[in-house]
Amino acid sequence: MTDLLWLVVALPLLGAVINLLFGKRIGEPISGWLAFGFVAISWAIAVPATLSFVTGSGHTETIYLFSWIPAIGVDAAILWDPLSALMTMIVTGIGSLIHLYSIGYMRGDERYPRFFAFMNLFIASMMILVLAANYAVMFVGWELVGLSSYLLISFWFTKPSAAAAGKKAFIVNRIGDWGFIVALMIIFISFGTFDFHTVFASAPTAITVGTATAITLLLFVGAAGKSAQLPLHIWLPDAMEGPTPVSALIHAATMVTAGVFMIARSAVLFEMAPVAGAIVAVVGTATALLAALIAISQTDIKKVLAYSTISQLGYMVLGVGVGAYTAGIFHLTTHAFFKALLFLGAGSVIHAMADEQDMRKMGGLRKNMPITFITMGAAWLAISGIFPFSGFWSKDEILAATFAKGGGFILLWGVGLLVALLTAFYMTRLFVMTFLGKPRWSGDVQPHESPATMTIPLVVLGFFTVSVGLINTPVRLAFEHFLESSFEGVAHIEALTFGSFSILATVALVVAVVGIAWAWPKYNTDELPAEDGKFWQRSLLAFGVDEIYGRTIVAPGKKASEWAADSMDPKVIDGAAHGIGRGISGFGSVLGKMQTGQVRGYAGVLAVAGAILIIVFVVVGGGF
Amino acid sequence: MSLTVTWFLLLGAALFSIGVAGVLIRRNALVMFMSIELMLNAVTLTFVAVSKDLGLIEGQVAAVFVMVVAAAEVTIGLAIIVAVFRTRSSANVDELAEMKG
Amino acid sequence: MPVLSILIVLPLVGAIVVGLLPRHRTELVYPIALAMSIPPLAAALHILWYFNAGDASFQFGEHIVLVESFGISWTLAVDGISLFMVVLTALLFPISIAASHSITDRAKTYMVLMLILETGVLGVFLSLDLFVFFAFFEIVLIPMYLLISMWGSENRAYASLKFVLFTAVGSAFLLASIVALGVLTGEQLGTLVNFDFRNMLSVEFSSTTELALFVGFAIAFAIKIPLFPFHTWLPDAHTEAPTAGSVILAGVLLKMGTYGFLRFNLTLFPQAAVDLAIPLAILGVIGIVYGAAVAIVQPDIKRLIAYSSVSHMGFIVLGTFALTTQGLSGSVVLMISHGLTTGALFLLIGMVYERTHTRKIADYGGLAKVMPVYAGIFLFSAFASAGLPGLSGFIGEFTILIGAYLSLPVLTIIAGSGVILAAIYLLWAYERVFTGPVTNSKLEGLKDLGFREVAILAPLIVLIIGIGVYPKPVFDRVEPSVEIILDRIEAETEFEVPEFARVSDLVDIDYEAEREVSDHDDGEEG
Repeated sequence: MTDLLWLVVALPLLGAVINLLFGKRIGEPISGWLAFGFVAISWAIAVPATLSFVTGSGHTETIYLFSWIPAIGVDAAILWDPLSALMTMIVTGIGSLIHLYSIGYMRGDERYPRFFAFMNLFIASMMILVLAANYAVMFVGWELVGLSSYLLISFWFTKPSAAAAGKKAFIVNRIGDWGFIVALMIIFISFGTFDFHTVFASAPTAITVGTATAITLLLFVGAAGKSAQLPLHIWLPDAMEGPTPVSALIHAATMVTAGVFMIARSAVLFEMAPVAGAIVAVVGTATALLAALIAISQTDIKKVLAYSTISQLGYMVLGVGVGAYTAGIFHLTTHAFFKALLFLGAGSVIHAMADEQDMRKMGGLRKNMPITFITMGAAWLAISGIFPFSGFWSKDEILAATFAKGGGFILLWGVGLLVALLTAFYMTRLFVMTFLGKPRWSGDVQPHESPATMTIPLVVLGFFTVSVGLINTPVRLAFEHFLESSFEGVAHIEALTFGSFSILATVALVVAVVGIAWAWPKYNTDELPAEDGKFWQRSLLAFGVDEIYGRTIVAPGKKASEWAADSMDPKVIDGAAHGIGRGISGFGSVLGKMQTGQVRGYAGVLAVAGAILIIVFVVVGGGF
Repeated sequence: MSLTVTWFLLLGAALFSIGVAGVLIRRNALVMFMSIELMLNAVTLTFVAVSKDLGLIEGQVAAVFVMVVAAAEVTIGLAIIVAVFRTRSSANVDELAEMKG
Repeated sequence: MPVLSILIVLPLVGAIVVGLLPRHRTELVYPIALAMSIPPLAAALHILWYFNAGDASFQFGEHIVLVESFGISWTLAVDGISLFMVVLTALLFPISIAASHSITDRAKTYMVLMLILETGVLGVFLSLDLFVFFAFFEIVLIPMYLLISMWGSENRAYASLKFVLFTAVGSAFLLASIVALGVLTGEQLGTLVNFDFRNMLSVEFSSTTELALFVGFAIAFAIKIPLFPFHTWLPDAHTEAPTAGSVILAGVLLKMGTYGFLRFNLTLFPQAAVDLAIPLAILGVIGIVYGAAVAIVQPDIKRLIAYSSVSHMGFIVLGTFALTTQGLSGSVVLMISHGLTTGALFLLIGMVYERTHTRKIADYGGLAKVMPVYAGIFLFSAFASAGLPGLSGFIGEFTILIGAYLSLPVLTIIAGSGVILAAIYLLWAYERVFTGPVTNSKLEGLKDLGFREVAILAPLIVLIIGIGVYPKPVFDRVEPSVEIILDRIEAETEFEVPEFARVSDLVDIDYEAEREVSDHDDGEEG
């Protein structure tokens, strides 16, 4: 069953190559269906191998493919365990749904085949990341998803803002990658290999806590880049310049969760370094809070969702930071469904509104787009954390685990609750502004429900959004059992009793209901409330982080480069070279003055010199 | 008073000095050239005289070499002077200072 | 069969054939020159094919005494390091000649010079007699000077003179060192002088002599590479040179410097190499960061790529003077990769220059709309140059970084920031040239790449992907030769090449057994 797993990577890659080289000839919409087919087949190949873990017959395997960089002993190999199986299911499953959706969404785009080539490339890259059996191959996937993300964000490259956003995403990610690379160096110097199996098995004996802290913190720098955590979160909102299916697949459901996945994968190392874990948890919480504070004021529907994604990623990072790896991955899973659904729903709305993204110009769409309305409603309740939707279960598990850790972590739990309140608030704001109240669009827009290729994915995702949380309830921890073998040797957090879990869950539920109850009447009015206080203005500008970076890093950096280019090279270095040249030619011209060109002058010198020589010989008496 | 080698050497020295003076004093390239020839012949004379006195053949061989070199030199030198004279209608060396540094 | 001599002579024969073409048959020059550049490639591939991968020693050796009393001989051989330099050279010349289709002014002279240049470069990489090596090292200079000064753009006189002067200064040091080394070798052998590389290995130096000779060689090679702060000739030369000149300059001429470091500095003067490793590695790291930083603000696209070369060559120097197996073999792989990626970028710039006659980034904008295929290949090459995994640049850079971290951790962490800067200068340049609306009306209606142009680029693209995905054949040939160098350093000095921890030895893990479960017939140690 696992023999064919390499096809999960190879097929989307093949699809990408075909669409890249022959896409124009294949044409629309066949190239889209072709791309969808490759991803769906990948999914189908992975299903039986995943089910074997569910039934308990499967076992963790390392599948060797070929020797990649022999100088540092890196093999191209697949690690097939429950964690990678789960991620494979999410990526190929949601991936194929979004491919299907895109067939309709991208209709009529002049670079239609190119879009699907990039999407397939992304799936292949993400599968490399997820299936990697060692850090080096994981890094390959890590960078390649960055590439596909770049290509897809700047897909509509004639728009300068889209091109700039793609570039920004890649560069900010590269800053994180620098941390990842340094972590790789330390891993290799301490273990002599990148292989997960060897590294994790030998870590407790082979490295000190200090080394483990260094490695994990540097890995987290990489994770912060990819998963848009503070202070590297600035790229994700801009990434919304890409087509909406891209935002759904890459910048919500899959790629951005790679950082969380990587931390979970390195659980053994993070377990060794509690300090690093605490830092991760704090950064995650801070990110969740900041992003939620920004999300409440955004007027662009995709921007709200982008900041919401950052905020939810903060939750996941908090989860893996406190050592609740299963909870973090669980939230990753539920979030993949409801956030993909939210983005696709938003895409459906934007499509219907003739590319209008401003929520202030929407309203009352529930009658025009019933399927979108209902499915997005489910996602709204899920992300807000309403019982029994999926988000409720996963979010609560993270908060409960944080609470259970005790000490200073109680504070993080408190912040987490605040974020839950804000989440419920801004999602209600989004939902109400879009679908309820009076229509605020101008007369010439004719909103309509989207075609079937777009609504079918919505319905499928809607089903999972409602139900997927039930796979891991305190009553039946199926998900945790499933993942158990992936977190072997990692200490489990003391499980809370059912009673205390219920109390915490009730608190969270109350907070969510308060958030909804606060926002609902405020926005379900004919006239939108004015949001022009000082706080709202700052929040709308994302608290000026971009501008601060521009002033403190980008501008001085550019100045230094310009100084090197305009002063150092031409003046100092070339100046020295020219100086040497001038010195030599100056010396030459002094000597040249002696050459008068007068033949008789030369002859005179000759005669005098000869005479002197003769006199010397005569006087000294010549030893010749 | 026999004709000893000293007389030959004195004659050679005198001819050589006249040649040196000619090179230094005269401005006409042709005359300077003749002065150089005079110096060469003075040296040749010295070689032959000493050779005869010491009974060695090498001096006379050297003399032959000098004559050959002188002949070659005259050919090239005269050609240059004629060329210069043609372009400048003068053979005054003081006016030829193109190689000034 | 003296394959190596044949390889060196073939381009020269080609040059003569092209030179003898009748003056009025100008239409024959391009096809005949192109045809004449193919046999050397075939010979190089022959050598690559029959090269014994596991064998660390010199292969295909030839030895003919030329001047016995001066100890000068025609000694040629290849090992894993020179092998790939030779193949790269033999590959880039046909490509550059093919890309010189638009040269119509004095085309015959141009092609003759290109082919003579090829002979010179091949001679540099194959000669094991230092006298002959020096001769080839200098021969290379003349055609390159003429190519820049006769077919260059506006500022060519300054650039070509600067190129020659910088290199000539280095050559003076090199010549002095080679002669001194020859005399010392001669003393050892009881003859006047001897320039045979193999005889030089047994010479004992005093430490000051060794240091002086090392520095003499190092200055020459540092200028050629070019290492900071000797790099200022490179942007000028690249910018003014014709396309083929830039490709050859970046692709193979710079490699003569790094090759010289590996072949001569490390091998002949192990003690001095160990002593001076850190200062040279520091210069390399300065080059990485400095070159990249300066590249960011260049207004001229060709200058930008030239400065990126300074950055990449810094990586190679860092890897070389890390003195670890990984660092050295990574350097060789990056040398190959840099030849391919930078070669591709210069070819691409040349192709668009032929259409627009401007290299100013500000004159472009939205080009991807007009020339999509061109934009795609350019972006591919840019990412390959920026070290995207799966492409050749990553293999070299990553191996160097891992290997260098072992001996020079702090420097290597700084060097790692080069990956950020590379992304900045390449993507920013791409953004300004290719994206956004078409701003310059001159760009409208430009023809996208034709079949001939894509065919010229195709071999480079294939190799960039090939080496990126499956570099094992390269490493299999490079590593033994690299290990010989390090073994010699270990034998001659107190220095011990740092080794990585082998956790699998410390902890009992049944990793191999597990791997056998998954079916693979390849019994190689991973």
